[in-house]
Amino acid sequence: MADAAIELIGINKSFGAVHANRDIHLEIPRGTIHGIVGENGAGKSTLMSILYGFYQADSGEIRVGGKPTAIRTPNDAIAVGIGMVHQHFMLVENFTVLENIILGAEGDALLGGSIAKARAELARLEREYGLEVDPDAIIEELPVGLQQRVEILKALYRGAEILILDEPTGVLTPAEADHLFRILGQLKEQGKTIVLITHKLREIMAITDNVSVMRQGAMVATRVTRQTTVEELAELMVGRRVLLHVEKGAASPGEVKLTVRDLVVKDVRGVVMVEGVSFDVRAGEIVGVAGVAGNGQSELIEAICGTRKAVSGTVLLDGKPIDVTGVADPGELRDRGLAHVPEDRHHVGLVLAFEEAENSILGYHDDPRYLRGPFLDNDAIIADAEDKIKKYDIRPGNPHLKTANFSGGNQQKIVLAREMEQDPGVLVVGQPTRGVDVGAIEFIHKRLIAMRDQGKAVLLISVELDEIRSLADRILVMFDGRIVGERGPEASEGELGLLMAGVEHKEAAE
Amino acid sequence: MDVLVQLLDATIRVSVPLLLACLAGLYSERSGVFDIGLEGKMLVGAFVGASAAAVSGSAWIGLLAAVGISVFFSLVHGFASITHRGNQIVSGVAINFIAAGSTIILGQAWFRQGGRTPALSGDARFQAITLPGADAVKDVPVLGLIYSELISGHSILVYVAFLMVPFTWWVLFRTRFGLRLRAVGENPAAVDTAGISVTWLRYRAVICTGILTGFAGAYLAVAQNAGFVKDMTAGKGFIALAALIFAKWKPVPAMFACLLFGFLDAASIRFQGMPWPVIGKVPVQLINALPFILTVILLAGFIGKAIPPRAGGVPYVKER
Repeated sequence: MADAAIELIGINKSFGAVHANRDIHLEIPRGTIHGIVGENGAGKSTLMSILYGFYQADSGEIRVGGKPTAIRTPNDAIAVGIGMVHQHFMLVENFTVLENIILGAEGDALLGGSIAKARAELARLEREYGLEVDPDAIIEELPVGLQQRVEILKALYRGAEILILDEPTGVLTPAEADHLFRILGQLKEQGKTIVLITHKLREIMAITDNVSVMRQGAMVATRVTRQTTVEELAELMVGRRVLLHVEKGAASPGEVKLTVRDLVVKDVRGVVMVEGVSFDVRAGEIVGVAGVAGNGQSELIEAICGTRKAVSGTVLLDGKPIDVTGVADPGELRDRGLAHVPEDRHHVGLVLAFEEAENSILGYHDDPRYLRGPFLDNDAIIADAEDKIKKYDIRPGNPHLKTANFSGGNQQKIVLAREMEQDPGVLVVGQPTRGVDVGAIEFIHKRLIAMRDQGKAVLLISVELDEIRSLADRILVMFDGRIVGERGPEASEGELGLLMAGVEHKEAAE
Repeated sequence: MDVLVQLLDATIRVSVPLLLACLAGLYSERSGVFDIGLEGKMLVGAFVGASAAAVSGSAWIGLLAAVGISVFFSLVHGFASITHRGNQIVSGVAINFIAAGSTIILGQAWFRQGGRTPALSGDARFQAITLPGADAVKDVPVLGLIYSELISGHSILVYVAFLMVPFTWWVLFRTRFGLRLRAVGENPAAVDTAGISVTWLRYRAVICTGILTGFAGAYLAVAQNAGFVKDMTAGKGFIALAALIFAKWKPVPAMFACLLFGFLDAASIRFQGMPWPVIGKVPVQLINALPFILTVILLAGFIGKAIPPRAGGVPYVKER
């Protein structure tokens, strides 16, 4: 086909025993936005890394503009006009915008000329696409939305005609995401081809022209977006029907289990992140805290769970105070029935170098159930781990396997199993489905609802608005360290989005 | 006045090896390769430099040999820590041990003077250069004295060392190589995705380190002293590392840090055993420990914050 920007023909790639891409055929028409969806580990990122020259395919052919092209390094990709915006930004954080943009495309051995040239070019791109950003700003001082813009500018500066974006909206507010989509629309009008990798089906429906679905390393289907539905795509991704909306009955809240009053928390830099937050969580309800990442939610749950000192305020667990400003000890809180699923399972929730069974008792290893005298009772630990593996469908079901070798979804299930099986009165959960595939999300959501129905108090923090809306019985919206509103689960996405962006809050302040 | 000028003159002389080693470390560490083996590379540089100068009778051949062996050792460090992604600290420590042992053994085997190399004289040693007009202005008070005593009358390597400061600044902040060097020490993945080879860039950085430690070694054995004595670096490589941290990995502050540490060293020699007003006698060991104490105070956050290059010490592995 003459108007194909990219054709992939029979791409194969294996990493050891893992067949990450198997016989991939894909054709992306010029001047379109093409979505690629799939669960985590379906091979989307590998495929795009092959296209960008980060990896080499074991076999297969890449055609760019109809011509067979060997892409061995990112340089080759850049030379044929392929640019990439990575999920984790490839920016040098203490460099200026300009320095980042010219890095690798400097031209001369001396910087003077290339910086001047880049400044002029940046002004032109700004006019043409409305991509405004201060060229002399330091990257780490910019909000993530602007950092992403710098990534896009980097690609355009190198003359990219084909732009690959890997999970671009993961870090953005709904408003920032909308802005990004407008920019992508503009780029498309200018004749650029855009490849959008995501697992958010709503974005695919909103912006793409065509969509391809990957599952277990294979390309299972390509559809014209207008002629497909979210349900069909979800089914193609997982290989079976999935419940996108969790079935749940009405909540029957009981007595107050967790009380937070006037909590103030500062971060390591001494910036006030939580500014006088008060709320209650009752038995038998899920309270969701919505908000764009970085508005104090993380600090809030860390303070409640004793992993960060609060400046002032009180927290009561079952009516008895937790010493949040002093020496609240997570171990003691666990004994009092407060379980915590941390936001960052890699650094806080798990020791990745440990075996699965060791992680499944971590923090509860002093429990007499796992002890024989002063020593750990390995038989009991393994039996307990196998029990959890069965109950939570953790795969692969090998308690001796190193935790790092489990997928994100299964790692999260290990943490959830550990915390939920202790039968806590209060469960505090941070980002339960971050980096977790659709199948596991469904499972985790069901478990959380089950906890609620058993009469547990659940405090849920998530940046996924959909998740909050489908799970929470009450939604608190955090913005800039404060709770700026409380809504029921029927609140519309637009309404919550405005609250999350602080719009209503600002108006009220004026 | 004379005492002060002599003290400052001594400061310059003892600062030079620190400064060269410190700038050497700066190139490597800015690229994300920590180098605890500055000491060892300086030592082999001094030994091989002195040996070559003694055999050939030319200080320049000595310098060349010093640079050659020092670059070789830095390539070994690069091979271990860049190509094979080994632990950079272990590799650096190994280089220090090899240097300390091999210089003594080879020195004894070759020259049989108890690990020393033959004394250098004449062309085999870098001689002091008298700058033009130094004699003429000698009697002009203050300025003349500073020019003729402090600025004039050093070996060529002293001038090279101090010229390396603005040159290094210019390379880091005004050239393509410098931009990439700084970038690769902060976020090698960004450099990789920009189509630049992380490996080659880091190798070039450690080669720069090798060249400068070679200069530092040659200065010690072929300019400041007339030959190699065993363990003649005496911890200067580590003081240079301390200065590098103290200077927050920046070239101009690096110079001032080295001058400060050099001054402490010169003063401790000069005032050895002399009682100080109020405090009385200060043990020389305490003065010698000051650079390290100051560095610890800095690292503890009392004098601003020293943030090392973010990718420092971490071998680059492409993410899967």
